[in-house]
Amino acid sequence: MSVDFIYPEFEVVRNDSRCIACRVCERQCANEVHSFDPKQGSILSDERKCVNCQRCVSLCPTRALKIVKSNCTLRENANWKDDTIKEVYKQAASGGVLLSSMGNPKEFPVYWDKILINASQVTNPSIDPLREPMETRVFLGKKPDRITRDQNGNIRCKLPPQLELSMPVMFSAMSYGSISYNAHASLARAATELGICYNTGEGGLHEDFYAYGPNTIVQVASGRFGVHKDYLDAGAAIEIKMGQGAKPGIGGHLPGAKIIGDVSRTRMVPEGSDAISPAPHHDIYSIEDLRQLVYSLKEATQYQKPIIVKVAAVHNIAAIASGVARSGADIIAIDGFRGGTGAAPTRIRDNVGIPIELALAAVDQRLRDEGIRNNVSLVAGGSIRCASDVVKAIALGADACYIATAALLALGCHLCRTCQSGKCNWGIATQRPELVKRLNPDMGAQRLVNLLTAWKHEIKELLGGMGINSIEALKGNRLMLRGIGLNEKELEILGISHAGE
Amino acid sequence: MKRVYVNEQWCLGCHLCEYNCAFANSGEADMVKALKGKPIYPRIKVEGTELVNFAVSCRHCTDPMCVKSCIAGALSKHDGAVCIDHSKCVGCFTCILVCPYGALSQGETGAIQKCELCLENACGEPACVKGCPNGAIVYEERDTL
Repeated sequence: MSVDFIYPEFEVVRNDSRCIACRVCERQCANEVHSFDPKQGSILSDERKCVNCQRCVSLCPTRALKIVKSNCTLRENANWKDDTIKEVYKQAASGGVLLSSMGNPKEFPVYWDKILINASQVTNPSIDPLREPMETRVFLGKKPDRITRDQNGNIRCKLPPQLELSMPVMFSAMSYGSISYNAHASLARAATELGICYNTGEGGLHEDFYAYGPNTIVQVASGRFGVHKDYLDAGAAIEIKMGQGAKPGIGGHLPGAKIIGDVSRTRMVPEGSDAISPAPHHDIYSIEDLRQLVYSLKEATQYQKPIIVKVAAVHNIAAIASGVARSGADIIAIDGFRGGTGAAPTRIRDNVGIPIELALAAVDQRLRDEGIRNNVSLVAGGSIRCASDVVKAIALGADACYIATAALLALGCHLCRTCQSGKCNWGIATQRPELVKRLNPDMGAQRLVNLLTAWKHEIKELLGGMGINSIEALKGNRLMLRGIGLNEKELEILGISHAGE
Repeated sequence: MKRVYVNEQWCLGCHLCEYNCAFANSGEADMVKALKGKPIYPRIKVEGTELVNFAVSCRHCTDPMCVKSCIAGALSKHDGAVCIDHSKCVGCFTCILVCPYGALSQGETGAIQKCELCLENACGEPACVKGCPNGAIVYEERDTL
């Protein structure tokens, strides 16, 4: 109906003087934008189907293609933005909830970009990481408050289980089902080579990846998909997923169409039936209930593995984290509202939760004030984009960071934000075999290793500049941070001074 | 010796190797100038169905049937690579008939063409390998063919 018509968001611009009609664009577009016209010997493009994933642009051997934002817009209106109006049209036509993927794209403040890092000058020496040793290793888990000795005066060395990481970064949870086998293989191999951990997400652990167990965090989410004894034993740590930054308070729904073959077997869900993760864990209605699950999992794994509790950053995050820290959990992972997802209701993704920077600072401060900071390690996630974000997070109090969007970008994701369609042209967020094979894990793993190797160098340079030679010495060291363009309240919550102070 | 191998598991059937091959052997510096509006004569060809694809090019056999069968002496082995002297080829296509891999074909001029590992052109290394977006075509040393 004409009232439903929405002009395509993107235009496919083909430079006919450069196009050699090799048909790579046609073959590579799962959205079927491009087609070959044998009569004319030329390629046609239907921009209505284009999601701007840039696959055709990247593979075109003569750079004949570009995708541009359409300039056909509705009359400008500061209140009724183009997107807002079109969303009304879509809902008026469909009567459905709008779905979106990846992180919140709206213009909220990015506090990382309003925090500056210190460096040494004159009165204290900076350190050159190329010439002097620099420790990026971290251990996540419960730490003792003080040194204790036995009756012979020897130090008691037995610590609660710790997760050792060669650098303070891990790949955060992305389930097999939401991402492809090859994406998981890339993450698993890279984590092993880097000496860090990746996370299975809630979809279980594919039998092929048990070999990467020492670098795997196995997740137990509200749907309990793929959870069994061997699964729990396989991982280096177990994560209880209470919430996700992109959709706090919401469960998950992997459509039956994606529950096929290995995904079905790994999730322990019958083929073709929807895998629905309830919004809450139906056995957790309080911190005491959470404690029961934490100890059930510890009991099941002979107290050998640290237990992570992952929560979304929401308004009362400091109080929530305080409760979690008393539940017996070894590590708390906090996921900020800009974190990604394979699919979430648009309104939830764009409006629920709070920024990780504020949540992290508030939690670290609260746990210190209550004297229970050593009970847990803190992992910050939800749009950690680069090495300086990692350094800032650590100075704000994190023990390590979770990255996922950055990892997917390294694997080829172009952030077109249409994961929910299942037609990922880069072979990441799809289960279609002809698309999955587009991600060669040999290349994917190498690119992830490259990315984090680069970040490690940058982290060392930043640390060295501050005259600090270990991650431990930067942890919670907020004197190394200054705010820029932030108001009193924001500075107070972040616990940092303004630049110039 | 180093040879071009194809990992069918990662071949996407995008056919870019064919265009990179045709361009590398065109003698032109610009792909548009080399290939626009013309039929291409690649020495590597992608075969297969929608789900399985495989780029086929000369295996540079240790004991090549094409060299044995060439009636004009146009095909020969140099440092392990099977090479062709176009000026000697009489276009009898015996080599096409005997090649078990289907790796030889008729070129633009009517003479036989085949993969010469880009050793003879400006590319210097196999263009199909260099341009493969998924690492499906590799140029490496393996124990046996």
